[in-house]
Amino acid sequence: MNPGEPKRTVVLQGLGVSPGIAIGVAHLIRRVDAPISRYQLEDKSLVADEIRRLRKALKDSENQLLEIKRKFKDQEGLETLYILDVHIMILKDKMLIRQTIQNIEDKGVNAEWALRMTLDKYRDVFSKVDDEYLRERISDVEYAGQRILRNLAGVHHETVSGIGDNAIIIARDLSPADTMQMKVEKIQGFATDMGGKTSHTTIVARAYEIPAVVGIEKITTEAKTGDIVIVDGTAGAVIVNPDPEIIRRYELKKRHYETIEDSLLKHARKTATTLDKHRVLIGANIEFTEEIASAVHHGTDGIGLYRTEFIYINRDRLPTEEEHFCTYKKIVESKGIRFSTIRTFDLGGDKFISDPRLAAEMNPVMGLRAIRFCLREVDLFKVQLRAILRASAYGKTKVLFPMISGMEELLETKRIFNEVKKELKRDGIPYGKDVKIGIMMEVPSAALIAEDLAKEVDFFSIGTNDLIQYTLAIDRVNERVSYLYEPLHPAVLKLIRQVVEAGHKAGIEVAMCGEMAGEPVYTMVLLGLGLDELSMNALVIPRIKKVIRAVTVKECRKLVDRIMSFNMASEIEFFVRETMRRKFTDDFEVAN
Amino acid sequence: MIVQKTLTIKNELGLHARSAAMIVRVLERYRSSVYLERDGNQVDARSLLDILTLACPKDSRIVVRADGDDAREAVNSIAKLVDDKFGEAA
Repeated sequence: MNPGEPKRTVVLQGLGVSPGIAIGVAHLIRRVDAPISRYQLEDKSLVADEIRRLRKALKDSENQLLEIKRKFKDQEGLETLYILDVHIMILKDKMLIRQTIQNIEDKGVNAEWALRMTLDKYRDVFSKVDDEYLRERISDVEYAGQRILRNLAGVHHETVSGIGDNAIIIARDLSPADTMQMKVEKIQGFATDMGGKTSHTTIVARAYEIPAVVGIEKITTEAKTGDIVIVDGTAGAVIVNPDPEIIRRYELKKRHYETIEDSLLKHARKTATTLDKHRVLIGANIEFTEEIASAVHHGTDGIGLYRTEFIYINRDRLPTEEEHFCTYKKIVESKGIRFSTIRTFDLGGDKFISDPRLAAEMNPVMGLRAIRFCLREVDLFKVQLRAILRASAYGKTKVLFPMISGMEELLETKRIFNEVKKELKRDGIPYGKDVKIGIMMEVPSAALIAEDLAKEVDFFSIGTNDLIQYTLAIDRVNERVSYLYEPLHPAVLKLIRQVVEAGHKAGIEVAMCGEMAGEPVYTMVLLGLGLDELSMNALVIPRIKKVIRAVTVKECRKLVDRIMSFNMASEIEFFVRETMRRKFTDDFEVAN
Repeated sequence: MIVQKTLTIKNELGLHARSAAMIVRVLERYRSSVYLERDGNQVDARSLLDILTLACPKDSRIVVRADGDDAREAVNSIAKLVDDKFGEAA
């Protein structure tokens, strides 16, 4: 790969064993597992030498563990120290030693191979155990065994050192001896190939409340030291080399995760109804089906935005219709949600097709992506649409098309959608009778002709992230211009109001699924503008509900009327923040 | 002298690494040969690994058998560990 070329984003799923979001730099802990070869001892006199080598390696291993134990006995809890004692006991285990020596003598093989045979025997025995906790104790045998093998290979140095402050630890598996040598409290997250609910990495991560995903199988082959890595311990996902947009999204998630207060959960179970009895629908933005339970727990009415991107990223081949279908079905039939809004493909083609003509666009946010890409690659688009429609037979489904900029695109999209419907009908494949279709309102041109577009769809969903950056012509991942990213810019507010009014005039619902919808400080403004549904990161729902339940639509409209008379974004921002701070004294910081 | 006793594992985690290690350690004080048996499988009670391979979860029943001049004391010491749930929090 060329140095200038962006690294490929890889999404891997495992078992999320310690919740939370971590964003950091990968630090790969590579075990120097020398490949073990089998040597036949040609001369019987060599048997004694091999046994001597084995005994020395056992002794060395024991001394190393005793040394680690001595060094850390003042700093760590007794629990981890005890595990080291267990490992020492394994090194001295008479059955392990007897069996290994017997292998050397009877089979005439080298010590490494003889030990491997012993370890494999134990692996076999342990794998048949029903109890999960006991079954995973094979990892303790392996930790000890690997140490002996390293000593037999003459590798003495420990590999755990030089870990930076922002590190995500990536490893096949972590032993207690490994974690004891880390400043665990400084580590951001863990991601390992192996492990389960009771493995050592899990126990340590939970104890220190560090996000962790284990059992990922191939994280050590996909991540290199220095890569940016996101660990989502709640969804059980790890993203290697995320693009700036994904990083931003996860930074927000992380912040929500860290500021969530249990006391707010009492608002979660109530509806988002204002004091003057106006109900707003609340949606959750998700990207993994594993997030649905948390969304319901935090009080969502439905899934307001399911981003389908991760179905496509990081694959050797395109996802099949069945793969799409299984995911969508899981979403729409989830308990506790009233609707599921599935957004179709919203990426540039370069993300998953290695066609050099598609790669490296000068200006990817304005390039061949989302609906534009789908209308060019119709077959690919149809696979997704078929799957969504098939899933719609199992629960209330809404389909959301991203990046529509004009009427031609919308009509062409609808034509293809109806064609897929007809094909399903012809083939006798069931689909939902009342599937709503809607479009993202994120391109200014679409917002300006919203009145016409509204006649062709069942709902709008305003994507503020893109709407703001397209309207204000700023690249929001470019730090030099990011100060211009202003959600309350009068031009943005006017566009939002225009979209809401056009929608309501045509009798359709208008939702908002951008980051703005999940910012409590903007909630009154959005209510005043007349949004019917707000969709956001699940964790922030209780906070938003708290605001909605404490205000009237009447006062929100008054606020909007007032700020619409201002002509500077900074003025509006200040006024809104001051209003929120006065009304909710404890919840908002002083405007500056 | 051969002494034998049947015990029921009462601690939550069963005979896991920590509890097995306690058995191995307590036996360092005795000279007798000591064996554990579960479902017809017999292992040396001085081998941590062999105890683990018995895979005794909570509520499983094991037979402790010792042969030697301090057999009774050895068996009783294991019985005491099992009865105390290996010091695990209740």
